[in-house]
Amino acid sequence: MSLRIVVAVKYVPDATGDRHFADDLTTDRDAVDGLLSELDEYAVEQALQIAEAADDAEITVLTVGPADAKDALRKALSMGADKAVHVEDDALHGTDVMGTSLVLAKAIEHAGFDLVVTGMASTDGTAGVVPALLAERLGIPQVTLLSEVAVSGGKVTGRRDGDAASEQVEASLPALVSVTDQSGEARYPSFKGIMAAKKKPVEALDLSDLGIDAADVGLAGAWTAVQEAAARPARSAGTIVKDEGEGGKQLAAFLAEHKFI
Amino acid sequence: MPPAAKASPSGPPPFDPYDPLGLDDLLSDEDRAVRDTVRRWAAERVLPHVAGWYERGELPVIRELARELGAIGALGMPLTGYGCAGASAVQYGLACLELEAADSGIRSLVSVQGSLAMYAIHRYGSEEQRQQWLPRMAAGEVIGCFGLTEPDHGSDPAAMRTRARKDGSDWVLDGRKMWITNGSVAGVAVVWAQTDEGIRGFAVPTDTPGFSAPEIHHKWSLRASVTSELVLDGVRLPADAVLPGVSGLRGPLSCLSHARYGIVWGAMGAARASFEAALDYARSREQFGKPIGGFQLTQAKLADMAVELHKGILLAHHLGRRMDAGRLRAEQISFGKLNNVREAIDICRTARTILGANGISLEYPVMRHATNLESVLTYEGTVEMHQLVLGKALTGLDAFRG
Repeated sequence: MSLRIVVAVKYVPDATGDRHFADDLTTDRDAVDGLLSELDEYAVEQALQIAEAADDAEITVLTVGPADAKDALRKALSMGADKAVHVEDDALHGTDVMGTSLVLAKAIEHAGFDLVVTGMASTDGTAGVVPALLAERLGIPQVTLLSEVAVSGGKVTGRRDGDAASEQVEASLPALVSVTDQSGEARYPSFKGIMAAKKKPVEALDLSDLGIDAADVGLAGAWTAVQEAAARPARSAGTIVKDEGEGGKQLAAFLAEHKFI
Repeated sequence: MPPAAKASPSGPPPFDPYDPLGLDDLLSDEDRAVRDTVRRWAAERVLPHVAGWYERGELPVIRELARELGAIGALGMPLTGYGCAGASAVQYGLACLELEAADSGIRSLVSVQGSLAMYAIHRYGSEEQRQQWLPRMAAGEVIGCFGLTEPDHGSDPAAMRTRARKDGSDWVLDGRKMWITNGSVAGVAVVWAQTDEGIRGFAVPTDTPGFSAPEIHHKWSLRASVTSELVLDGVRLPADAVLPGVSGLRGPLSCLSHARYGIVWGAMGAARASFEAALDYARSREQFGKPIGGFQLTQAKLADMAVELHKGILLAHHLGRRMDAGRLRAEQISFGKLNNVREAIDICRTARTILGANGISLEYPVMRHATNLESVLTYEGTVEMHQLVLGKALTGLDAFRG
């Protein structure tokens, strides 16, 4: 039986651009171009590796976002995913992690799945809680923050690296895993993959297709609210250590104080 | 490079110093995806190392790079079947531009593999030869080279001295080839030789006894590229090593035409990298109390560089569309190669003057690109040869001989 993998990905503003908040304190998506969140590329890569190791697997890549979010799906399809689901609805504007996880869960159930793969966080909001929320909503085990992952015998196994120890973890399918940026470099979309992606199906869904009440999502349905946003203050001058025989010690103290070592 | 600003609903989109004519609009989503893949690969795998390779005059990881280029589909990119990507001519051109924006040596590796060696086998080879070589060459597992130029015969290859004579059903090759990119690392050499029936091409496995390919050192250009001599001393090949599809100079010249098309785009990559370095430098470098970009003489240079750079890219795109439509003539490729390499080297040299002393440092790409383009200016047809091709096409009078 085919292993059904769903990868949830996010379309985020390009971090190298000049990012802004809009007047309603949501992300100003018109200000800069967007792209597939780099942390989600790792999720796509791990899904591809799991699929390549399986006899038979199918990868669905899923996103919730505006029309341009199709670019993120296209990128994942050109890397090698088989098909895509795009949930787009004007009522989703301003949705927080609670609403996002609700929509993702419904869309994942709609697509059908044995394994859900996500990144460790988005590169814009960086809340990092959607994987856990999603697993709860789907009622399946979650093994998060993996730097290695494999599937065999109806189980997903992996390694989670902590500060003091590495854990080997496993869960029975169906399950959700999130992978870190240590899980292995994502492949480049090949030219054949890019051409093939044009022909892969992208299913478009809105909230009514998923049976979701618009009041549960969007800015109004959000459990959290951004009260205020201010640009990060300009970087101030660094600290200059003058070496008078104690330079090394001072450097070490500086690094320790800022928890670099 | 910052991402392009989005179009506003009213009026034209804002001016983009990196794409002043909005040429990005000419590209499809797939074109952009191809470009982004190559740009990112080059940024991650070439740019951090290329100054060091250049300084040491070596490309130690060429096999690794070839495999990676094969994995993304950059080898034999516009060819179809046999593991090739089947990309459009425009997409192939975009890839050449991005590769040469990193270094002309890397673009040369890809041009020689795809447009010369693989193209020759794909177009003129037997089905067995295609099956034998192309899938592994497309994957970057086997590197190819192309032997036409000789120590004494450059612009006039018809006078070549390398000979292939029949011995029973075998062929025996003797001669020398010079300035052969990829030669010392090649698994197969496409070698052109005089025979009793005119010039013929041969797919020569480089482990054949009598074949050797010593590397050429002591060069001041394309230093991050493998350049070799091919030595053929009684190289005995079976009858089926000859490329059956062509005899005469038409064979190698058609391959060169294909490779030159990639150079039309590639040269603009070297120019773009140098222009961008100069522009960034001019905006931040201060002399006499203000950024040097604020001085009229610098602005005149930048404006002229931008004009030639984007005209050249537009020309390349036009030729690409003609190639995709099957309407591109060799004279038009000569037009493009003549203009774009000549303008590219001028842009790099001007960029170098904006950077002052920093312009000669390997910390910046401009002098590396300028010295690379010294090779690109004369290889695959010198400026003068392309002037003669165009001169003949314009006047109907052949100035090549007598």
